[in-house]
Amino acid sequence: MWKTVLRRVLLMIPQLFILSIIVFALGQAMPGDPFTGLITPQTKPEAIEALREKAGLNNPIPVQYKDWMVRILRDGNFGQSYTYKMPVSTLVGNRVANTLWLSLLTVILIYLIAIPLGINAGRYQDSAFDKGVVIYNFISYAIPSFILGLIFLLVFGYKLHWFPTGGSVDLGFKKGTFDYAMNKLYHMILPAITGAVLGTTGTIQYLRNEVIDAKTQDYVKTARSKGVPTDKVYSHHIFRNSFLPIAAFLGFTITGLLSGSVFIETIFSYPGMGELFISSINSRDYAVMNTLVLLYGFLTLLGSLLSDIIMTIVDPRIRIE
Amino acid sequence: MENEKILEIKDLHTGFRFEDKYFDAVDGVSFSLYKNELLAIVGESGCGKSTIANSIVGLHDKNHTRVSGEIIYDDENVVNYSEEQFNKIRGKDIGFIFQDPLASLNPLHRVGEQIKEALIYHTDLTKEQRHERMLYLLGRVGIVNPERTARQFPHELSGGMRQRVLIAMALSCKPNIVIADEPTTALDVTIQAQILDLLSELQNEIHAGIILITHDLGVVAQMADRVAVMYAGQFVEVAEAKELFRNPLHPYTRSLLHSIPQSDAVGAELNVIQGMVPSLKNLSRDGCRFAPRIPWIPDSEHEKNPILHQISRDHFVRCTCWENFHFENEGGC
Repeated sequence: MWKTVLRRVLLMIPQLFILSIIVFALGQAMPGDPFTGLITPQTKPEAIEALREKAGLNNPIPVQYKDWMVRILRDGNFGQSYTYKMPVSTLVGNRVANTLWLSLLTVILIYLIAIPLGINAGRYQDSAFDKGVVIYNFISYAIPSFILGLIFLLVFGYKLHWFPTGGSVDLGFKKGTFDYAMNKLYHMILPAITGAVLGTTGTIQYLRNEVIDAKTQDYVKTARSKGVPTDKVYSHHIFRNSFLPIAAFLGFTITGLLSGSVFIETIFSYPGMGELFISSINSRDYAVMNTLVLLYGFLTLLGSLLSDIIMTIVDPRIRIE
Repeated sequence: MENEKILEIKDLHTGFRFEDKYFDAVDGVSFSLYKNELLAIVGESGCGKSTIANSIVGLHDKNHTRVSGEIIYDDENVVNYSEEQFNKIRGKDIGFIFQDPLASLNPLHRVGEQIKEALIYHTDLTKEQRHERMLYLLGRVGIVNPERTARQFPHELSGGMRQRVLIAMALSCKPNIVIADEPTTALDVTIQAQILDLLSELQNEIHAGIILITHDLGVVAQMADRVAVMYAGQFVEVAEAKELFRNPLHPYTRSLLHSIPQSDAVGAELNVIQGMVPSLKNLSRDGCRFAPRIPWIPDSEHEKNPILHQISRDHFVRCTCWENFHFENEGGC
């Protein structure tokens, strides 16, 4: 198995290489460049031109790509953010931690909500509880994340003042203290709940369907014919099999933790990866934007590999060769 | 002792719900099972044989099924038992062997664990004793290396081994009754014979009564003490196995035996029974249910409300149409 994993990792190299070309080409295809926004009636065109020349933006595109790649591969240097005036790696590093904590909280909330709802809806199919869950699912599926985020922000942030409306921590807290951590958590609650409500839909739906499907399987009949009590039939035989598709997505969920949610972070002005991604696109911050897309691509590939590995652990029938 | 009755079923009706109406898939079946006996229930797919089996231990989805009549086990009518009450006898007093050994084993659990499961709920054995018993059972059903097989997952075993595992599971608590629902259908012929031999051998050891459900008359001839032939939810003929094959009476039994390909008749046209088994919803509940499939027999030969007639001591036949029955190509008499 580890040989296969190694081969899959090696296979990522050409995939990432192709991705880098596409990312770079798409970035170039966007109108404008990092200095477009700086132009005011007072700016001299020559000054802008000098900046462009200095940043290498006037070089032919293949040359720019080559320079970019060489810097990354030789120096591990992902470039300098034009907007934030700091190295991209430092910038992204700061944001990753924020996103990681927010996403972790979101995922914990998703599983806390979705697992009991999904398995009980499946177990008591067609009951009032099940119908309630299905209605909840329709609603949470139909609401776009930015609408739900805005409603929560308006109601719990601006009207009721229960939660902060932006940022990841208030000023005046010392890093590393308990109060600092609590304040960070306080800022995360509203975006995490928004993300969780939207994220539960798929998990609930999958679990419910899998439980309903597993109930009719022959091995469940066998278990019942052995005299296994109903609760044990569910916990030992039905639920475990129902979790397989959830486990299959776990790899993507784990890597998804790092990429963050573009919409939710933007709405709550939460300084995470998603928010950084949107702002880098808006300001044509090529270095940041390209790095992030590459990172997302890498995480997706890693997620699919992780999912395959997780599947071989939870399902004895699956072996990756 | 030989003729101790261990299960008695009286006028069993099992109906499935379609929308708001119940349709009886088993329509007034009565029989008894004795210790050491192997009773075969034969019939086409969809005639209700498996439904009888599931009704006996309450394996149906209670929301969509209605079971009435009497199923008397151990002096108690179990028909309206709750799931909890059934759980006390399932696996302990009544063992079940299913048709598809792969689908019937949980793909995520090791074989050994699945066999031990019944022991957890029905015996006082300690963990170590359960393990010992599981290994003994695996050895007893002819698994060569029980230690190794116990650690394997169902998909790693062959079809025959899986069925052996299921048999070990069904017999783990030495049940009085074993219900085998088409235990050899999914296996190839050589393995079938081995599995059937194993079943007879184990029956001699634990003296259980076996209900063997099958559509394979060859299996019946080889194994059964008594045979019940089933058509459209009812028994149409019940007899000792020897008697049934020597002297089949009901047109359905005769048609079935007539349809078996003969090795000395290669190239000859195979006899088929006209028409199809009626679906549950369209089944006419009046008159002889087999009549539509023998249309050349005049209506006057059938009974209005066919009942099981006793022909000899252990031979029962439904309806009167058997008396003057002939196959279509044989001409009238």
